[in-house]
Amino acid sequence: MGEPAVHVAGLRRIFKVPEREAGLGAAMRSLFRRRYREVRAVDGVSFDIEPGEIVGFLGPNGAGKTTTLKMLAGLLHPTGGEVRVLGEIPTRRRREYLQRMSLVMGNRNQLQWDLPAADSFELNRAIYQVPWPEFRRTRDELVDLLDLGGLVTKPVRNLSLGERMKVEIAAALLHRPDMLFLDEPTVGLDITMQKRIRTFIAEYSRRHSASVLLTSHYMADVEALCQRVIVIDHGRILFDGDLSTLVTRFATYKELGVTLAGSGVDLSGYGEVRSRDGDRVTLRVPKAETPTVTARLLADHTLLDLTVEDPPIEDVIELLFAAARPQA
Amino acid sequence: MSTRTVSRPRALFDVYRTEARMAVARESQYRMRNVMSLVGFLTEPIVYLAVWTAVANAKGGSVGGYTPGTLAAYFIVWTLVRNMNVVFTPYGFEWRIRSGEMSGRLLRPAHPIHHDLAYFAGWKVVWLAMWLPIAAALVLLFRPVLHPEPLEIAVFAVAIWGAYLVRSLFQWLIGLVTFFTTRVAAIFEIYAVAELMFSGRLVPMSLMPRRVQTVANYLPFKSTFGFPIEALVGQLGTRGLLLGLATQLLWIGVGSGLLALTWRAAVRRYSAVGN
Repeated sequence: MGEPAVHVAGLRRIFKVPEREAGLGAAMRSLFRRRYREVRAVDGVSFDIEPGEIVGFLGPNGAGKTTTLKMLAGLLHPTGGEVRVLGEIPTRRRREYLQRMSLVMGNRNQLQWDLPAADSFELNRAIYQVPWPEFRRTRDELVDLLDLGGLVTKPVRNLSLGERMKVEIAAALLHRPDMLFLDEPTVGLDITMQKRIRTFIAEYSRRHSASVLLTSHYMADVEALCQRVIVIDHGRILFDGDLSTLVTRFATYKELGVTLAGSGVDLSGYGEVRSRDGDRVTLRVPKAETPTVTARLLADHTLLDLTVEDPPIEDVIELLFAAARPQA
Repeated sequence: MSTRTVSRPRALFDVYRTEARMAVARESQYRMRNVMSLVGFLTEPIVYLAVWTAVANAKGGSVGGYTPGTLAAYFIVWTLVRNMNVVFTPYGFEWRIRSGEMSGRLLRPAHPIHHDLAYFAGWKVVWLAMWLPIAAALVLLFRPVLHPEPLEIAVFAVAIWGAYLVRSLFQWLIGLVTFFTTRVAAIFEIYAVAELMFSGRLVPMSLMPRRVQTVANYLPFKSTFGFPIEALVGQLGTRGLLLGLATQLLWIGVGSGLLALTWRAAVRRYSAVGN
C-alpha cells in the first residue's frame, strides 16, 4: 500500500492563554502580573487518510477540529507530534506543498471583495502557476459543476452568502488540489445550496482522486459524503471508523415511527415517546428490545405505518460524548 | 494537477502583473477616496512649503541654500515621491490578522509581500493619473525652480522605486510584530516620528542640525524621501547620485535579510486567530 495522503501521529497543540477576572482591579493587577492558562487544543491526535478518501471530522465547538486543520495546512506549528500531508511536512510551507492543497475556512478569504470573482480566479491562476489551457478547462468545469453561470462576472460584494461560498470553493479548487481541508463549507447556506455543494465535493473527489477532510456541524454533510468519521472532543479522538460502526457501537436504542389508525392511543408502555404529530408517534426503544416491542405493537394495534430506524447521527454522537465524559 | 514548469522569476512576474492589474481595476472604482487621500497628502507638504518659504523670505530670500523657488520644487517633487512610496502599513497587518485574511495569504504558495508590492505598485498608476493635474496646478501656483539633468531624471526614476522598496520592507518588518503581539500601533508611531525627523520628509535634510544629518546617514529613512527628491531637485552630483542609489540598494539588502529572518520566526509564532 502506498503512502497515506495524511499521516498524523501524536499531534499536540498547546495554547498559552492569558486570563483574568472581570473588573478594574483585576485589569490593574494584570498590568503587573499576568496569569496564563495552558489550553490543550489538540492532545495526542493520530490518524491516517488514504488518497481519495473523504473523512468527516466531527466534534463540538472548541474540540480541536479547526486547530488540527490549521496544523495540517501548515498555518499553525504543532507543539508536538508528527504530521505529513502528501508526503510533505506542512509547517515547512514548501511551495510544492501549498500548490497541492487547499483549506477553505468559514470566513472565506480567497476573493477580492470589490472585483468580479473572475479576476480573483485569474490571480489564483498566476499564484498557483496553472497553465492557461488547464486554467480555462478547470474554471469552465467548476463553473459548470457549481452552476456559477453569471456569478463570476458580478462583483463579489453583490453576491449572496451562498453564491459567495460557491465561488469561494471554486477559487480554492482552480489549482486542482490533491488535498482539500474544508472547515464548515456549508455553514449558513440554505438546504438546496448545501446539497449542491455536497454533490460537488463528492464529484470533485471522485474526478480528481482528491482526499478531503471535512468539518461540519451539519450531519447531512457527513452522511452524504463520508464513509469514515473521526470524532474529537477536548483535543482527543473519541472515535475513528465507519459511520455505520459508530451507529452500531454507540446507538443503544432504535427509533420506531408508528402511524396509528386512530389517534389518542397511549404508547408509553412500549417505550419512551419522543414526539407525537397527529397519528404519528415516535418511540425510543432499547436496541435489544426492538423486535419484541415491534411485534407487540403489531399485535396490539392497527398500524398504518411502522418504521424502525437508527437514531439521528447527531444523537449518536451525543451518546458518544456522554460515554467519553467522566461521570460526576 | 499538471506539472508546473514555469521558471520562478517568470511565475513571479506573472503574479506581479496580474496583481498590479487587479489593483488598477479595483482602485479605479474608488476615485473619490483616492482624490481625498491625495488632498490629504498635499496638506502636509503645502504647510511645510508655506512655513519654509516664510523663513527663507525672512532670511533675505534663502535658507540653507534653498530659495522659495527651489523649496517649491522640493515639496512638489515631495508629493510625487510620497505618492510613489505609499506602502502597506503595519495597521493593515493588525486588521489582516484579526479578520483572518492573513491566514488566507499564508496558504498561498508565494510570500505575501509579493502581493503587497505588486498591488501597491499597480495602485500607483491610479495615483499618478490623479496626481498629474494637481501637480500642474501646484506648479502654476508656486513657480518651482527645477532644471534637472538627464542623469538626475534617470536616477530619480530608479530612486522612487528604490524608496518604495525600502519603505515597504521596513514597514513590513514592523508589521510582522503583529505575528507576536497582534498589536503594533505603538511601534509604528515611533517609526513614523523617526521617519519625519530623519528622512527629509519634514524639511530638506540640509536644513536639519548637523547631528541629525549625521544620524540620518546611518538610518534607512533618507533613502525613502530625501534622496529621491534631492536626486531631482538638489545638487548631488554624479557621485552623490550613485552613492544614494548604492545606499538604497544596501538598505534593500538589509531590509530583505531582516525580513527573511523575522518571517521565519513570525510564521512559527503565528496563532491563526480570526477564523
